Amino acid sequence: MHEMSLCESMLDILKDQAARDHFSRVKRVCVDVGPLSCVEPEALQFGFDVVMKGSLAEGAALEISRPPAEALCLSCLETVAVRQRFDTCPLCGSEALQVTSGEELKIRELEVV
Amino acid sequence: MCTICGCGNTNEDHGHHHDHGHGDNTGHLHFGAGEAGTSAPGLSQSRLIRLETDILGKNNAFADQNRARLSGNGVLALNLVSSPGSGKTTLLVETLKRLAGTVPVSVIEGDQQTSNDADRIRATGAPAVQINTGKGCHLDAHMVGHALDRLSMEEGGFVFIENVGNLVCPAGFDLGESARVVILSVTEGDDKPLKYPDIFAKSDLMILNKADLLPHVDFSVEAAISHARRVNRKIQVLQLSARTGDGLAGWLNWLDGLRTMQVAAKPSDLAAE
Repeated sequence: MHEMSLCESMLDILKDQAARDHFSRVKRVCVDVGPLSCVEPEALQFGFDVVMKGSLAEGAALEISRPPAEALCLSCLETVAVRQRFDTCPLCGSEALQVTSGEELKIRELEVV
Repeated sequence: MCTICGCGNTNEDHGHHHDHGHGDNTGHLHFGAGEAGTSAPGLSQSRLIRLETDILGKNNAFADQNRARLSGNGVLALNLVSSPGSGKTTLLVETLKRLAGTVPVSVIEGDQQTSNDADRIRATGAPAVQINTGKGCHLDAHMVGHALDRLSMEEGGFVFIENVGNLVCPAGFDLGESARVVILSVTEGDDKPLKYPDIFAKSDLMILNKADLLPHVDFSVEAAISHARRVNRKIQVLQLSARTGDGLAGWLNWLDGLRTMQVAAKPSDLAAE
């Protein structure tokens, strides 16, 4: 369950940011988790609540956005939406897709006090 | 009213010693302190901070450090990933026996518990560092950096990093390796690349191990390769049996090719001389 260690990385980022931006509590953490980012949102949510306990982000809300994943079809040269790495091109059926986005894993915004 | 503590004392010289209690019986109630401990009418106490910070950023920074250090020493690192029981350690032991005396090789072993694998590696004469991750399900770049501290890196050598047996968690963690090798044994399903696409998508080479068992199992080499290429068009494939030694020559050639490419990729060093 690597989501747990990702939550620990998130806590490190929050602590660093608190020192830089002078806040003492985090109320909301907004993250982007691409569908191809090797992260399971439910596991991230579970890990978040556990890891943040007793920290400056205890009880904070975790808002997970899922930006769309896209790929370039090397056969018809169109950019198409994909949901999984092994999807075929919805336009021409080709398997030759090169993923161009969908691997994001980042903290986009914090609400702090 | 005092604007510092909000009490009714208008004398500016009064201290804020707080020997007075804030209990219900003092007739002293605090309002407007809010979540941030201060209050300004019309302003919300919370604020938004825009970050755009990569959650894996710290790991990636350690990985970059490892990569710079390895390439600075002229050493190639390989991150070996697979499910438990695919034969990673056997492959390593057989590889070390064949490389012994020709190329300096050391090994970083990742397991949740025990030093069994490092012991098997050391029996071949190669230096090995065992990382026990405890409950951890993967190696990260920080752990590998510490392991590198304990290894002597010799120019032109290899460091093999045997990751924790797990086809899921190691996928997202760059260790600073030159190449990632995923090992799939033919006793597993040939649809593993589709079931665990992330790790195959992030690997440079897929080794189909235990090929000597092919006659006895329902594993289609063709299907496995086609599935792997669906998630990673560029993945290279080798088929071998670490136990019998069949196909090991191809793997040793692949390693040699990687070393040649590394030397070719550093023409600036030669130009500087």
